[in-house]
Amino acid sequence: MKADPRGVLTGTHFMDGDHACCEGALAAGARFAAGYPITPSTEVVERFASRIPTVGGTFIQMEDELAASITLQGAVWGGAKAFTVTSGPGFSLMMEHIGYAAMTETPCVFVDVQRGGPSTGLPTLPAQADMMQARWGSHGDYEIIALCPNSPQECFDLTIKAFNLAEEFRVPVMFMMDEVVGHMTEKVVIPPADQIEVVPRKHTHKSVSEYLPYGTNGDMVPEIAHAGEGYKFHVTGLTHDERGYPNMTPQVQDKLVRRLQNKIRSAADRIALFEEEQTEGADVVVVSYGITSRVAQRAIGLARERGLRIGKLRLITAWPFPEKKIAELAACVKAFVVPELNLGQMVREVERAAAGKARTFAVSHAGGGVHKPEEILKVIVEASR
Amino acid sequence: MSDLVNPVEQFLRSDRMPHIWCPGCGIGTTVNCFAQALIESKVDLESLAVVSGIGCTGRVAGYVKLDSFHTTHGRAIPFATGLKLANPKLNVVVYSGDGDLSAIGGNHLIHAARRNIDLKVICVNNLIYAMTGGQTAPTTPDHAITSTNPYGVFEPSFNLPHLVEAAGAVYVARWTTFHVRQLARSISEAFKKKGFSFIEVISPCPTLYQRRNKLGDGLDTMKYYKEKSKTRHGAPTSEVGLTMTGEIIVGKFVDRDRPDYQTMMRGQMTESLGDKFAEQAEMVCS
Ligand SMILES: Cc1ncc(C[n+]2csc(CCOP(=O)(O)OP(=O)(O)O)c2C)c(N)n1
Ligand code: SF4
Ligand SMILES: [Mg+2]
Repeated sequence: MKADPRGVLTGTHFMDGDHACCEGALAAGARFAAGYPITPSTEVVERFASRIPTVGGTFIQMEDELAASITLQGAVWGGAKAFTVTSGPGFSLMMEHIGYAAMTETPCVFVDVQRGGPSTGLPTLPAQADMMQARWGSHGDYEIIALCPNSPQECFDLTIKAFNLAEEFRVPVMFMMDEVVGHMTEKVVIPPADQIEVVPRKHTHKSVSEYLPYGTNGDMVPEIAHAGEGYKFHVTGLTHDERGYPNMTPQVQDKLVRRLQNKIRSAADRIALFEEEQTEGADVVVVSYGITSRVAQRAIGLARERGLRIGKLRLITAWPFPEKKIAELAACVKAFVVPELNLGQMVREVERAAAGKARTFAVSHAGGGVHKPEEILKVIVEASR
Repeated sequence: MSDLVNPVEQFLRSDRMPHIWCPGCGIGTTVNCFAQALIESKVDLESLAVVSGIGCTGRVAGYVKLDSFHTTHGRAIPFATGLKLANPKLNVVVYSGDGDLSAIGGNHLIHAARRNIDLKVICVNNLIYAMTGGQTAPTTPDHAITSTNPYGVFEPSFNLPHLVEAAGAVYVARWTTFHVRQLARSISEAFKKKGFSFIEVISPCPTLYQRRNKLGDGLDTMKYYKEKSKTRHGAPTSEVGLTMTGEIIVGKFVDRDRPDYQTMMRGQMTESLGDKFAEQAEMVCS
């Protein structure tokens, strides 16, 4: 399906990542946002609040993030594509509802423009320290998808992707920006609506009597119905059977929770987006994402100038983690270098996927700024030995 | 007798019976009244959605044969807000417990009333957190014994009609599970209102509240409701606070009109944007 032109601001713009994210959401068909102000994410909803009344839709500023993160899900079951936007402290408050979205298979997008933590931390300065929280923050076993843009252009492009993945898999998608990407202004090209591919909701075509809200047809993603269409269906965060009815037996729990996991895991290769450069014949591969990937690019350049054989793997999808790719590379390279604006999060995944076949070096940073390319270079040199 | 079908059965998911509620529990009575109101008010069942939070009362969403959402603890109102705003044609009922709506969800309660979101809230007030075993709620009266106040409650309780009136609700009523006809009528009336309507139903939890406080069983509680209830329509809500064994003021306390959230939004946008304001299209994105 092509994008609805009403939401698409076709043209070449000079805009920051937060605004580009908002334009991506509008282009993807988001017509509902619920938010609560928090630096450095607020510009996303501010722009949405100013744009949506002329596009046709609703923005509501809720009383807190607990509310925002469930209001958007009510809107989804009312038929809208919907999202919310926040940063660390608000993201923490949203965790229960990320689990609710995963359990009820509510397609929606959570944007987290990461800042330094823990707690109030560094309200105006960057970090990438919510990466594990995005994956594991709600209780119980579940899977989500998380994307990491590294430029305003990608904030636009990947927000559309985030909505599309949410609809395809009926899963909450985490859009993991960081303060620098959110506030950096660059060229953003927005194509015409007929060049933007949008995934429609997986709406059922079954009759009321045939419809099973959580029944699947082999692909593990059930078809959805919206309130008010006559299906008289039930949705619950309790463990439920195919009818959507609570059934709290270990058997039903096993079937449901495994399906929620497998619908993402079995498609992990297709979901995993990354950018790979000169990994063939490389001794060391630098694995990075978000703003750090742009600093890493410089460090990689410096290392190559010294004659070192360095590959680059930029993660665009953080979750599901592209472990197959890492395992493949681990068989050929000496080491991975993983710079990130945290004290070591995604590096654990790299290490796990490398499974001892290649060494793993973290380049940690507590946040509040970005790495110096020399700091990354130093570790690359060490890892190349 | 066997061919007599209970008229409320058409609104229930028969394949989910028996329900989990204890003998003498008041929640089932409120559901009968709700069903009666659906018959009387002839609301379109296809465009009716029920949203519950978590608790014994929160299970109502699972038993009604309607589009129904069992959400998270305290968040039925914000979920219902999103549902209503995305599809304004829906009639959205929030059906939940006193703890769910006024403790963990208290912030959402007052803000939805302030915004005058067009929701019909039915609050089953059993004066306790029942689902979790009878802990103190913000509604538990002074001196009552609960599992977390084993020596008696000493913190003051909320007077819910007063709270929601102050926050802006357009319709506020209170009944007990003894007042089945009045309750059904109030629910029917709320269906005719546009805006935030709040109906409190004082309801027994014989298993945890009545028993622990030596207030008898379900039947004794009905007697108490019958004897100690005074109907005072239009009573100032500041005067309707509850005590453990005292009078229960019931009736319709507030019935007023002010524009609901969506009407205000449309008005403001039209004023500021003129022709540029785009009415929300059908959001259904299939
Ligand atoms: C976030 C969260 N905290 C606590 C609970 C546990 N819990 C479930 S129901 C409930 C209280 C329900 O009380 P009320 O809303 O009055 O409903 P009742 O059972 O009395 O009908 C609590 C504390 C929960 N489910 N979720
Ligand atoms: S515990 Fe109380 S409120 Fe819950 S079902 Fe039993 S009687 Fe009703
Ligand atoms: Mg209660």
